[in-house]
Amino acid sequence: MELSQHWRLKQQRYSLVGEICPYCEGKIFPPRDICPDCGNEAKTTFQFNGKGEIYSFTTVRQAPAGHEENAPYTLALVRLEEGPMVAAQLTDLDDQAVEIGMPVEMVTRKLRSEGERGLLIYGYKFRPILKAA
Amino acid sequence: MQENKILRPIRKVGIVGYGAYIPRYRLPAREVARVWKADTSGEPSGEKAVAGLDEDVITMSIEAARNALARAMIDPAKIRAVWVGSESHPSAVKPTSTVVAEAIGAVPNTQAADWEFACKAGTEAMQAAIGFVGSGMAAYALSIGMDTAQGRPGDALEYTAGAGGAAYLLGPAEESLAIIEASYSFTTDTPDFFRRANEKYPEHGERFTGEPAYFKHISAAAQELMRATETKPEDYTYAVFHQPNDKFPKRVASSLGFKPDQIEAGLLVPWIGNTYAGSALVGLTAVLDVAEPGDKILLVSYGSGAGSDAFTIQTTEELIKRRKQAPSTQEYIQRRTEIDYATYSRYRGKLSMK
Ligand SMILES: [Zn+2]
Repeated sequence: MELSQHWRLKQQRYSLVGEICPYCEGKIFPPRDICPDCGNEAKTTFQFNGKGEIYSFTTVRQAPAGHEENAPYTLALVRLEEGPMVAAQLTDLDDQAVEIGMPVEMVTRKLRSEGERGLLIYGYKFRPILKAA
Repeated sequence: MQENKILRPIRKVGIVGYGAYIPRYRLPAREVARVWKADTSGEPSGEKAVAGLDEDVITMSIEAARNALARAMIDPAKIRAVWVGSESHPSAVKPTSTVVAEAIGAVPNTQAADWEFACKAGTEAMQAAIGFVGSGMAAYALSIGMDTAQGRPGDALEYTAGAGGAAYLLGPAEESLAIIEASYSFTTDTPDFFRRANEKYPEHGERFTGEPAYFKHISAAAQELMRATETKPEDYTYAVFHQPNDKFPKRVASSLGFKPDQIEAGLLVPWIGNTYAGSALVGLTAVLDVAEPGDKILLVSYGSGAGSDAFTIQTTEELIKRRKQAPSTQEYIQRRTEIDYATYSRYRGKLSMK
């Protein structure tokens, strides 16, 4: 991926910044400037709170290029509290079994590095909730 | 007239929010000893925290900063500085701090810089943040001390070099959960521990790291600050010293006149190891998690090279309700997965894949 593409994606990737529809208040992620619910223009940025639950998941053993060193890892569809569905890696799982409906929270982690000399890429993953005191 | 060596800002500054981060993996010292067939009779017991494959100083700083913001309850767009002190910034050229600032929503109206001064890079950033807020230039400044500490395989440092640290959002005293009353820095050129550019692992002066380095600088900083603020060890409920191992902080505390129960809450090295620039600062988070309003805390860092920053801090009523808004340091410590040396080697990139 080009440096410029990484740069354009950084806000949504680092901290789940999406959009909210000014007409129907639907929350949109990833941002696409058009509301998928009512079809109107939606460009107001919206910060998701990062909480959600597992909708489905799968284990990846043959990782695509750039992700080999993390394999095997679990890829999940996470239903965010505000509505949208996000595909992301799970992290900090240890031996914990993943279950549908399991509550998770967003963390920002290293997604990949483009080789030893390349740019380090950071973005959202999800982990089991670390409860607050 | 006594020369004024003590640092006090024009307007009072305090900690508006604080946040710790400790990764979940733990490498016990006995596992390091097993691999290197070391004589375990005199070796450190304890264990150290190890970062996972997808973690580094940037990701760990982001989580600590988010915890500090959760406790501060302020709009991150009002932050005017994001300063990260570390010995393990992921890139040689490309700031850690810009990624952290972007991830927490502090961009674009902010300073961003990475600080270096061995294990006191984080408190150095905190001193600067006190000046930045205390002069009125900024409403809020974020200072972070975080490390994924390096130790050469088989070296004495490998038993303790751990991962973790803390973020402190400084702001006006009126909004603070703890007020920083005064600080003092003591610095000399002392070559006890160093790492040349492009080297992966540091060199250290074995026994030379003790007396003329750690003990001299911490004692001098603590004594001068207590003299100038007219305080005595018994005025402090808690004291936190830089913790390269279990012995040094206990010995310096007792020589300064502090009792074991004053340092116990902030002494984390047996569970997480020496987190370098994170060490004293993450110790302070554990104290803030349990302190009562009105408690006085002495914080003294140490960085090789060498220097110490000392701070006298007093908690306020705000502490009790705000500390519940993010995970406590003990919760991070209890989130523990033990790993063996092989897994550790994989996580810390000690295996060469080509
Ligand atoms: Zn809509």
